[in-house]
Amino acid sequence: MSAVLDGKTRNKALINEVLEVYPEKAAKKRAKHLNVYEEGKPDCGVKSNIKSLPGVMTIRGCAYAGSKGVVWGPVKDMMHISHGPVGCGQYSWSTRRNYYNGTTGVDAFGAMQVTSDFQEKDIVFGGDKKLDKVIDEITQLFPLAKGISIQSECPIGLIGDDIEAVSKKKSKEIGLPLVPVRCEGFRGVSQSLGHHIANDAIRDWVFDKADYNAPFESTPYDVVLMADYNIGGDAWSSRILLEEMGLRVIGQGTGDATLKEIEMMPRAKLLLLHCYRSMNYIARHVEEKYGVPWFEYNLFGPTKIAESLRGIAAFFDDTIKENAEKVIAKYTALSQAVIDKYKPRLAGKTVMLYVGGLRPRHVIGAYEDLGMEVVGTGYEFGHGDDYQRTTHYVKDGTLIYDDVSSFELEKFAEKIRPDLIGSGVKEKYIFQKMGIPFRQMHSWDYSGPYHGFDGFAIFARDMDMAINSPVWGMTKAPWKK
Amino acid sequence: MPQSADKVLDHSDLFREPEYQEIFERKKGFEGGCGAAKVTEIADWTKSMEYREINFKREALVVNPAKACQPLGAVLCASGFEGTLPYVHGSQGCVAYFRSHFNRHFKEPCSAVSDSMTEDAAVFGGLNNIVDGLANAHALYKPKMIAVSTTCMAEVIGDDLDGFIKTAKAKGSIPEDFRVPFAHTPSFVGSHVTGYDNMLKGFLTNFWEGKTRVETSAPAININGGFDGYCVANNREIKRLMKEMGVAATIISDPSEVFDTPADGEFRMYAGGTTAEQMDAALNAKGTVFMQGISAVKSAEYVEKAGQKTISLHCPVGVAGTDAFLMAVAELTGQAIPASLETERGRLVDAITDSQAYLHGKKFALFGDPDMLLGLTAFLLELGAEPVHIVCTNATKEWTAKITELLAASPFGKEGKAWPGKDLWHMRSLLATEPVDFLIGSSHGKYLERDTDTPLIRIGFPIFDRHHHHRFPIWGYQGGLNVLVKILDKIFDTLDATTTDSASFDLVR
Repeated sequence: MSAVLDGKTRNKALINEVLEVYPEKAAKKRAKHLNVYEEGKPDCGVKSNIKSLPGVMTIRGCAYAGSKGVVWGPVKDMMHISHGPVGCGQYSWSTRRNYYNGTTGVDAFGAMQVTSDFQEKDIVFGGDKKLDKVIDEITQLFPLAKGISIQSECPIGLIGDDIEAVSKKKSKEIGLPLVPVRCEGFRGVSQSLGHHIANDAIRDWVFDKADYNAPFESTPYDVVLMADYNIGGDAWSSRILLEEMGLRVIGQGTGDATLKEIEMMPRAKLLLLHCYRSMNYIARHVEEKYGVPWFEYNLFGPTKIAESLRGIAAFFDDTIKENAEKVIAKYTALSQAVIDKYKPRLAGKTVMLYVGGLRPRHVIGAYEDLGMEVVGTGYEFGHGDDYQRTTHYVKDGTLIYDDVSSFELEKFAEKIRPDLIGSGVKEKYIFQKMGIPFRQMHSWDYSGPYHGFDGFAIFARDMDMAINSPVWGMTKAPWKK
Repeated sequence: MPQSADKVLDHSDLFREPEYQEIFERKKGFEGGCGAAKVTEIADWTKSMEYREINFKREALVVNPAKACQPLGAVLCASGFEGTLPYVHGSQGCVAYFRSHFNRHFKEPCSAVSDSMTEDAAVFGGLNNIVDGLANAHALYKPKMIAVSTTCMAEVIGDDLDGFIKTAKAKGSIPEDFRVPFAHTPSFVGSHVTGYDNMLKGFLTNFWEGKTRVETSAPAININGGFDGYCVANNREIKRLMKEMGVAATIISDPSEVFDTPADGEFRMYAGGTTAEQMDAALNAKGTVFMQGISAVKSAEYVEKAGQKTISLHCPVGVAGTDAFLMAVAELTGQAIPASLETERGRLVDAITDSQAYLHGKKFALFGDPDMLLGLTAFLLELGAEPVHIVCTNATKEWTAKITELLAASPFGKEGKAWPGKDLWHMRSLLATEPVDFLIGSSHGKYLERDTDTPLIRIGFPIFDRHHHHRFPIWGYQGGLNVLVKILDKIFDTLDATTTDSASFDLVR
């Protein structure tokens, strides 16, 4: 009890300490984003989804990153034009590890940077004509592309281009779906609005153009696994469990997805939603318009996996329910062996997280399965509903930080000295220099998958590797000790 | 069950297991693909001469370009000044991208802020963002200077940095005498090297404008490396060479410390870099050497206007490149090139004599930044190797003229052709229809290696998938040796890999 109180008092003091450094106006604003979780409260007591303060080194990205980088980019059989200047597409080229099968440049186009490469004349005279030509050239050179999305970069919305008109016209001409996405980077406050806009584009330019009266042989067990971006193969190590349960995965998205699979969402009996934040919009739409329910699941760590498989099975008949139990039983030995091997090396270790999407809450269970404790967490671009959902995962006294600045995160880590920090590549090298073990929790640090039972083994191994590496014993020269 | 706790399978092995292969097969049933035969047919067609011709007719579509945008260069340039916080005025996502791009290349932290302009700023302009942004950045990160560049959003709406910064100072965001070098860096003009040049000129202007130059009698010069992924090691190598020559050289923009800080328990947001005092004194130097002259046009022009001699080099990789660099420094300063450097030179020549038989006549394709390509091509020609396809997405007219001249001057350059403004999808066609032995370029070349079986030698920016390459210089005689070894290692590895089943699997090569 006193430890918790001490932790709470310390965390509150820490928050005051970082706020003191800000100019008054900024301190007032940032104060609303930092708090200590109080057991029993309905949310984490922080404001979220608000503009980042200028000049504070936010870790957030932009709407383009949310659409091209997250939702649309992984759709593998379409070409995604980074429409505007060259940079956005260049920096997001193959850096998110959305695994897919296919022949790149022939029938799959994931690891490619496709851009209209705006020049000054395109800004001055508009880029619609250029876009028209880009689309023609794509159809000539990439005949197996099943569609084209237009991912707007900042200038598009500022110079008054009409990419919707171009899309309508060209779609008729070339006979392929074209998807204009208004995800200019200045829209909204983070990646999050980009997700929303990308979802709306699925609704308006995919579903509304697809023919759902066409014959389709459905089964009672049809599901679509969605909002899993297949980072390091996550969707695959999830899918294996669903199929073992006897479910038929008729679509996967958007990691390793085809356009046809995206179109499947309204055909499913259940939508399985991995990243609530980035695709809840389209899930809600499909529920409202097509009557398909959705379920937010969590396949990190055996405890949550079992919970989720049972939760999914509850939507189906007894066969599936029994199968879920069989699958859980089948993998128990593996999970137990993983825990037996790694828990003794990790138990009691503390973790601070700062990630996007769902991970600031979803991975907590996996750490707890290994006996570790998450002492601080926060979202890059979460909303109020994320912080509500987080209450089911965090303990009393956990430090909560929304849209944390590099300055705040460094100060928190300096004082708390967790045994591990899980965040992104921009944070990785800072904390490693401070002598704090680190894992990238966006890209899985080029490892993964972390989902499912197969992924849990990798997750546990990776956390052990990070924390128990001999390198941390060498940061101080022996003559300084 | 493929996974086990004893031997944890990584993604590279896990998904080869039969359970996953079966999943992939089943998934195909829902993908709506066009079948393996069609994929093979089209894949073969993309490697044909017919495809190449269509590919080279492209006027609007750009696929896999070897260039980035201006503010990336501005951030690298700004990172090279002591205590300086790179600040990008415009949308915030850009800065997240710049930082992660450098993180992935250097495997180091990269500090830079954005002033997070959104819809309201798009309508009303970003003045309020600069006023608040400078105040916040100054309070939190306690920089000695803040270097402001722009994203395309700010450029499209026409924000005026000079006016905005003055207003911010007048409103008390930062002290009146606080230095804020700035540069407009529109992404829709030029590339990352242009942005570097613009920011560099911003620094020079900030320090030198209105000052009277009094040329020093000391052998003091300035050197600027340009946008260089090897800046950590190259700058250190330059400093060593200058010390050997007894020349007091100021590296203008030197990120060699900030992108190479120790892991000793402390994070240093700022480390090393060109100091304000050095910048003041740099005006009086005898001259300035630009290691990447083609990409430093505006800065060089400014330096000349300030009354200094300038020397424009093109990445001194190899013997003649380094000779030219040292002789230029000798001429500027009057300092002799010492015997120690002549010995170093001799060692590089010696290494080439040992290995030339493996290099002679080998055909190469290259892509990268303009000056880097000139330096590497010159070195290949020295080695008796034959540069064949040279793709420079961010080429200028000057580059095309220079590389054409360079190729024409050597019998080993006869087959070489410069491809200004082309991208790596063009290069794919070139490699498929006119194969070469090796490819030199950044990590992005790995897709070309996979598609065309051309072994990739990683030299360039960014290098994401190999570690620590930037810690070894590629300029100077030592750098030449490093480049030579990189090339030779790939040649020998390829030779070994292709001879495992034959008598040619030699122990001694």
